[in-house]
Amino acid sequence: MTADTPEAAAGQFGPGVKLTPALSAYWDQPDSFTLAGYRRDGGYRALPMALAMPPDQVIQVVKDSVLRGRGGAGFPTGVKWGFIPQGDGKPHYLVVNADESEPGACKDVPTMLGNPQALIEGIVIAAYAIRAELAFIYVRGEVLHVIRRLHLAVAEAREAGYVGRNILGSGFDLEIVVHAGAGAYICGEETALLDSLEGKRGQPRLKPPFPATSGLYACPTDVNNVESIASVPWILLHGARDFASLGTQKSTGFGLFQLSGHVATPGQYEAPLGTTLRELLDLAGGMRAGHRLKFWTPGGSSTPLFTEQHLDVPLDYEDVAAAGSLLGTRSIQLFDETTCVVRVVLRWIEFYQHESCGKCTPCREGSFWVVQLLERLERGGGTEADLDKLLDICTNITGRAFCALGDSIEPSVKSSITFFRDEYLEHQRYGGCPFDPAASTLFTLESAR
Amino acid sequence: MAPLDELRSVLGAEAAEIIGRYPDPRSALLPLLHLVQSEQGYVSEDGIAFCAEQVGLSKAEVGAVTSFYTMYKREPVGEYHVGVCTNSLCAVMGGDVIFAGLQEHLGIGNDETTGDGKVSLEHLECNAGCDYAPVVMVNWEFFDNMTPQSARDLVDGLRSGADVAPVRGAPRLCTWKQASRILAGFPDDQATGGHTAGDPTLAGLRIAREQQGWRPDYGEPGDAHGGDQSDAGSEVQR
Repeated sequence: MTADTPEAAAGQFGPGVKLTPALSAYWDQPDSFTLAGYRRDGGYRALPMALAMPPDQVIQVVKDSVLRGRGGAGFPTGVKWGFIPQGDGKPHYLVVNADESEPGACKDVPTMLGNPQALIEGIVIAAYAIRAELAFIYVRGEVLHVIRRLHLAVAEAREAGYVGRNILGSGFDLEIVVHAGAGAYICGEETALLDSLEGKRGQPRLKPPFPATSGLYACPTDVNNVESIASVPWILLHGARDFASLGTQKSTGFGLFQLSGHVATPGQYEAPLGTTLRELLDLAGGMRAGHRLKFWTPGGSSTPLFTEQHLDVPLDYEDVAAAGSLLGTRSIQLFDETTCVVRVVLRWIEFYQHESCGKCTPCREGSFWVVQLLERLERGGGTEADLDKLLDICTNITGRAFCALGDSIEPSVKSSITFFRDEYLEHQRYGGCPFDPAASTLFTLESAR
Repeated sequence: MAPLDELRSVLGAEAAEIIGRYPDPRSALLPLLHLVQSEQGYVSEDGIAFCAEQVGLSKAEVGAVTSFYTMYKREPVGEYHVGVCTNSLCAVMGGDVIFAGLQEHLGIGNDETTGDGKVSLEHLECNAGCDYAPVVMVNWEFFDNMTPQSARDLVDGLRSGADVAPVRGAPRLCTWKQASRILAGFPDDQATGGHTAGDPTLAGLRIAREQQGWRPDYGEPGDAHGGDQSDAGSEVQR
């Protein structure tokens, strides 16, 4: 493993990986978001296949593909569908989690802008499988054009008979409601999302009972991420085996890797799970010219930081976990040597403090105190004892918070202290942040110094 | 007409339509609050009372929901609500400088509105456009890859009434009230327009086309996009 990647030119990082554009395959077509465009490019061939199968067989196909939830947790989608009780006499609901808000995550927005019909086709197939007649797309409110495209997609699909009564003559009925949120990161947590969809403050619920048995309106409810559902038509069309032939044995298929930050070519790279950052950076032209990678998140701000030493970790659930982090949403935020890690971590924890729903004490109060300590450290007023205090508070939040938001506070704090302890202390010696923020911007600025 | 009566008269039919989408009326509360903002520009006490009577809740219950979500404003905001992402990645890439520059340029602080009522300013959390950092949003449309200068030009254009189009979004920028109407579930006619796949969105796809390796083959064999799918995936098996 090479530790020196100063210029990081293309070709320097590794032998290369073949990209696998499936969801992103036609995003460059001007009408990729329309029903006509989607059908021309092969869309809605999976739906009749699914409707010709018994619903349980559709669930089995998705189980066999080992598709794991693309919203971060990685729970097998088909298994989740199988948890929905059948013959219980209650309405079932499918809810698509389109509340993409994890700092670093930016894959569902381009998916819904570029190919919303893949999501709609996936919804119809999934709803048929779990026997739901009403589906909701809970989309964050802050993405206006995405919301327009979703409304258009549902309307076009209804017009063509893919949504509504007696879909394609199968006797299956489904309505889809596009529901815009109103600005709350916590609503990406599936039980908070359900409370929000019921018109309440978006606060998480105690589990169990899980949504599969007691979800929306206390009825069996399946909640899946956009990318998970949009992958379903491909799996039906090509078969579970083809999907599982991509990626690793336990982390199958393709996924959108999102590269952002100090990288030469940021963007969406759809590749098999198990691809390494070295391979992705090779395709992306490395870091911005003249700079080197300092730290990165494999899966958004709630996953422990990685550094250059992790360039060859296969980005699948098992290998990333074995290396001490989490694959999360494959939201790879890259920072070069001009970046102050204390500044970055502080801003993330300020985010969690802001977004804490206030329901449980460890998260509500803990995030507040972690921010206080990080601010003092950044200003240069902290001491080495503050680092121990930080770690102590974090230890007391993780596992004691009501939901995963609280558990998201520790990873960046702890990993940054592990890898950059001296950088925290350098702030004390320097009497403030030793970094020039002008050096890390993507545009040229007069230095503040 | 008293403000509450006016809301009933102007929004009553659409409120009923929203409520009709859901098995339980209370589920309509979030879109109803967006609907109120589409009329008033913010959620007033009367707006809360209107929503409460529509879904059968107390004003206190609706107020508690309103205060939970950051997109609901309890004071009027500008015709163009400008948000600058200052979450870690955008902040480091330039969002902090852009936000500070706009405050100075407009002479207003966070959550404040210019005297002419045209522009309000807010620092945002991550808006899911990280590959286009630094990101600025206006009425929830994307203005990507901003610089301090392009951000100043943007707000100047908004204040002078110039035609301003999102970098990635609809062909025409909506006003705050018009945007709120879309959020309530009444889209305008702009869904088919606009530029939505910039260079970052297509970065991987362009390389994949050059690689000419793996083909997704959604299409029929022999069509413009379809390739030989007989061994799709096998060459990238790991």
